This record gives sequence, C-alpha cells and structure tokens, in this order.
Amino acid sequence: MSKCRSCGDAAVVDLPRHNANFCAEHLQQLCVRQVQRAIADHSMFETDARVLVAVSGGKDSLALWDMLVDLGYRADGLYIGLGIGEYSEESHRITSVFAEERGLTLHTVDLRQEHGFDIPTAARATRRVPCSACGLSKRHIFDRETIRLGYDVLATGHNLDDEAAVLLGNTIRWDVEYLTRQYPVLEAGHGFPRKVKPLVRLTEREMAAWCVVRGIDYVVEECPMAIGNRHSGYKETLNQLDERSPGTKASFYLGFLDRMVPVLRTGPDRQGAPESCPTCGAPSSSSDTACSFCRLEATASSHEPVPVRMVLNRSARRAFDAQWGEEEA
Amino acid sequence: MIVRLRQPRREVEMAGGRAAHAVLHDLGLSREGHLIIRNGTLVPSDTMLEEGDIVEIRPVISGG
Ligand code: SF4
Ligand SMILES: [Zn+2]
Ligand SMILES: [Zn+2]
Repeated sequence: MSKCRSCGDAAVVDLPRHNANFCAEHLQQLCVRQVQRAIADHSMFETDARVLVAVSGGKDSLALWDMLVDLGYRADGLYIGLGIGEYSEESHRITSVFAEERGLTLHTVDLRQEHGFDIPTAARATRRVPCSACGLSKRHIFDRETIRLGYDVLATGHNLDDEAAVLLGNTIRWDVEYLTRQYPVLEAGHGFPRKVKPLVRLTEREMAAWCVVRGIDYVVEECPMAIGNRHSGYKETLNQLDERSPGTKASFYLGFLDRMVPVLRTGPDRQGAPESCPTCGAPSSSSDTACSFCRLEATASSHEPVPVRMVLNRSARRAFDAQWGEEEA
Repeated sequence: MIVRLRQPRREVEMAGGRAAHAVLHDLGLSREGHLIIRNGTLVPSDTMLEEGDIVEIRPVISGG
C-alpha cells in the first residue's frame, strides 16, 4: 500500500511529476496551494472581487468553481446551452445539480432560445468546423454577460494540459503573436472583461482527482465534436513524453511562464477593438458591418436545425454512435 | 475482475492479481491520461487489483 508523502496515511493517487503519492486531504491541499499561487503570481483578482466562472459541466470548470467558493471568493457560474444533443442536456443537468446542492448562483444562456441556433446548425450553415463556431459563440456570450451582469472578472477552467497543448501548437507553428499573447491573464479593454485562468498550474489528472475525492459529479464523456481534434492529439503527445520522463509537460509550460514570457512580453496584454458592432454593440473591428457573432447568428438562425451526427467526421461519428447511438438513432 | 472503460462505455473481464499500472499498460492507456477507481474509491497506480474487484478506468483528457 502506498502512503501519502505528507502524512503517511493510505494514498489515493500517485502524482509522478511530484514523484509522490497523496491522500485525499493532502491532494486537496496541494491543489488549493497551486490555485492560490496562480492567483497571487499573476495578480488575477482581489479577495473581494465578484468572479464569474464559465462552467461547462466538465471536471475543470466545476472544480474551479468549487475551489473558489471554498477559498471564500464570491463566485457565481455561467452556463451556455450549446445545443450539442444529449451531451449538452447532460452537461446542463449536472451543472444545475452542482449549483443547487451548494446553494450557488448559476446564470444560463441558451443559444437556441436566445439566438435561434445551436452549434451543429451554426457549423453546417456557415461551413465552419464546429469548434470554431462554438469558440466564437462562447467568447462572445461570456464576455457580454460578464460585463452586463457587473462581474469584475471572468474565470475559465483551462488547466496545465490545455495550456501546454496550446503552447506546443503555437511553438510548432512558431506563431510569435500567439506566443506573445499566451498568458493566464487578459486585461480588460474596450468592451472586453478581464479574463483569468486560475488552474494553469494543475494538470487534467489532478483536476479529475479533485472531483473524485470531493464527490463532484461531472460529465466524464467528451463533447462529440472534440473526438480526434488536433488539440487532443497534442495532449496525448505531451502525455507520452511525460510517461517517459514525468514532469516534462509541467516544466514545458511552467518554464515558458517563468522564463519565456518575460522575454516576449513588453507590457500588459489589453484586449481591444476600435469600433462597436452596429447590431449588438460588442467590440468589433468595424462599425459598418455586424460583428462575427451577429453574422454567425444571422446565417445560422435562418437555417433549419441540423442534428449533431450530421456534422461529425467519420471517426467521430463512429465514436458518437457507440456512445449515444441507441438514444439518438 | 471487471474493468469498466469509457468513451465509449464498455466492460471487459480481466485476470486479477496485477498492479493497476500493468493493466493500463496492457490496454495501451497512459497513466497520465487516466485515474483508477477501485470498488468506488480512487487508488494509486501501484495498487494491486484483485479477482472480484470492479475497476473503473476513467479518462481525464478532454478536447474542448
Ligand atoms: S469540443 Fe468544440 S464544440 Fe464541443 S464544447 Fe468544445 S469547443 Fe464546443
Ligand atoms: Zn496525507
Ligand atoms: Zn454584434
């Protein structure tokens, strides 16, 4: 039986990058310290800030919300109904139960109800890949609601694996502009809220373990659109490196923050757009034409609804049928 | 022992008496990409899994 490095009790998880095992209590202590450190190191927000957490029903965003509340922050949640079939229904149910059980405030925006379209339909109608239509919609709505509801900051559940995968992609392409902007804080700017990523010092496996030991029910199944995308491929590659040499993934990303960011950055990264969208008022590159979200909405909301399965490639469709097949056939 | 896998959800029967990381290895799964939950409790990868155990191998990678 392996023992906890901190107290010697029976361990529940091995964390190879720390070359140690931890019990449930000391796993939680480790996670909380990493979040506190990220918040402090990057001056993410003050203790009395009103924080809006972007929640999806997955492990990261629910763990983040749980931790912030536990640390005494005033944190509410915002869930966006993306209309991705049963996956979205399950995500909404789990997020609502999480909030209700803890007496937390959850705001909800449903794309179909409020904007007349869902992600599969938007993807088909605009011939974008689903994740591109989805990312655009989520950014627009999270930004808008954070400002409209008067929150000081928007917190998202991006973890170390997410950021390391993005960093690997940016490095492979030597995309200097993206590398310069890759940072866990985005300052507020013309029409944009301040955005932070408090989980960047914690791995995906640590977040999942947090949820298990805290008894948090989360959506384990992936979004059907994520299957086989490039981002997942980068994550697997990094995990293979980590398997051979534990800690590689963390040192790749945390070393970037410590040593490369100071070289690349010349000042705080302010978001900005010079004009406002004539339709919705959101920041935009031009005041003559509607913003990209309004254009997406105009095209997608006049298209007849498209089921999820129709916008999946062949391998994703096979996985989708095996997962949800009988119900949606 | 019964091993429960996800994405898609399925169950396989495997011989017990082996460490969890060996089972992961045989299934071609990475340690960093999974948690082991034995009979409802989270356990480290060096835990011996026994005949009669119900083992969930839970993937932790999300692609969104
Ligand atoms: S995987 Fe793509 S479509 Fe699914 S929630 Fe994430 S960004 Fe949206
Ligand atoms: Zn301990
Ligand atoms: Zn607009």
